[in-house]
Amino acid sequence: MDTGRQQEAAAAGAQAREPLDIRDHGSVGDAYQTIGAPFVDDAKMSARHVNVYYGEKHAITDVSLDIGRNEVIAMIGPSGCGKSTFLRTLNRMNDIIPICRVEGQFYLDGEDIYSQDQDTVLLRARVGMVFQKPNPFPKSIYENVAYGPRIHGLAHNKAEMDEIVESSLRRAGLFEEVKDQLDKPGTGLSGGQQQRLCIARAIAVSPEVILMDEPCSALDPIATARIEELIDELKDNYTIAIVTHSMQQAARVSQRTAYFHLGKLIEVGDTKQIFTMPEHELTENYITGRFG
Amino acid sequence: MDNNMKLDEHTSQRYNAELEAVRNRVLTMGGLVEKQCRQALQALLKGDAELASEVDGADYEVNDLEIEISDRCTEILARRQPAAGDLRMIVAVIRMVSNLERIGDEAAKIGRKARKLADARDRQAYAGESVHLGEGVLQMLHGALDAFARLDVQAAVEIISRDLEIDREFKSLNRLLISHMMEQPQRVKNMLRVNSCARALERIGDHAVNLCEEVVYLVRGADVRHLSAEEIKRHHQ
Repeated sequence: MDTGRQQEAAAAGAQAREPLDIRDHGSVGDAYQTIGAPFVDDAKMSARHVNVYYGEKHAITDVSLDIGRNEVIAMIGPSGCGKSTFLRTLNRMNDIIPICRVEGQFYLDGEDIYSQDQDTVLLRARVGMVFQKPNPFPKSIYENVAYGPRIHGLAHNKAEMDEIVESSLRRAGLFEEVKDQLDKPGTGLSGGQQQRLCIARAIAVSPEVILMDEPCSALDPIATARIEELIDELKDNYTIAIVTHSMQQAARVSQRTAYFHLGKLIEVGDTKQIFTMPEHELTENYITGRFG
Repeated sequence: MDNNMKLDEHTSQRYNAELEAVRNRVLTMGGLVEKQCRQALQALLKGDAELASEVDGADYEVNDLEIEISDRCTEILARRQPAAGDLRMIVAVIRMVSNLERIGDEAAKIGRKARKLADARDRQAYAGESVHLGEGVLQMLHGALDAFARLDVQAAVEIISRDLEIDREFKSLNRLLISHMMEQPQRVKNMLRVNSCARALERIGDHAVNLCEEVVYLVRGADVRHLSAEEIKRHHQ
């Protein structure tokens, strides 16, 4: 039945039929322009013309992007696209890699975070990070959370420290589960609990921005759902940038999504827009699973 | 994104096949519904009671396809979590099959009325005007299905704009029926039946417009469902 129309349909599906509005989005040259809206009115952090090199390798090419205040922005893209590298430039984590060279301008509330007199320890207190693999210190649960506030002198006595530890664990949704075992080692917790402990540790120093580098990739779906729920709650008080390999996770937790490809920021936009009607062919290919 | 709307080339070949199958089943369903409408109009115009009964009875096949295609879409949503063009495809198809099924219902309705009108002696009183309306509607439906097969927004927008013409034809046929009823009250029963058929044809035209709106959504990502034909034309042609 109707094979003629079905053949036409197959042809239309396989190749471009629409003659309208032709733009070549298939490849990206050296000089390129990010599609969408990389800039926002109320930026918490701003990165401009960022280039990152690992020795000879040009890992990030001319990326400019704002991270809006109290937003969750997801960074997605295939392995090696530069999303994690970009994330790490935001609190100067790349400084510790000797062959890594970072160019460009970075601002946190308008302050240049790469200026000579920027204290990176203070910067990382303001811009915290949660890593892919939960990495609690080999210390008690209490000490894991108390460590940051202690080195930054945020508590003046034991009572204040107890308060910080409890409220951080509460905000990370972990307190009820561990309140009777605060002196037990953090490494004895389950993977999901360890990751929430790392989030508690990050928020204990009252950061303004939390960077998350695939925070759920080592967790089961229930622990993942807990972390995602937590991200949703945390965004009222923090600005969050998350790198994820899970497209569904990006779609679930973020308000804006940025797509990276071969070191370039191809497209940025409202998450709904990116997942229903991306403008760039590369974005569409990636989120629909058309990458070979 | 119109120029590179594509439905294959997934890393997963099976996913390609699943999407392609959905699309083909919609076209099969569309072909069936189109045939049903054509036969219904023929039965009405020629007073063919047998054909009229056939149309009325053919509805189950269309209903089965509606359920089968919806089920395939549900499975793809559950298993694949489609995004972007694939997601729009599934969403558009879910809405399209519901429109196609209603077109089938309208055709069956015409079939039922046509059976009762089969031995009407006053066919010439309405046949001429009904042909205009019916052919116009059939062309819209045919064009809508072609536009879907070719992912052709231009054609879809053009068909949407034809609906005004159908409305005019419908009104003109109604005026004719009313004057017949006033002149010869013994014809009222049959003229009301013809009016039901005309109403069904006009509804089929509306459903064809809905199908075209889904083509615009599928290709452009724009929801044009409650815009006027003029507005759609301005933005999408």
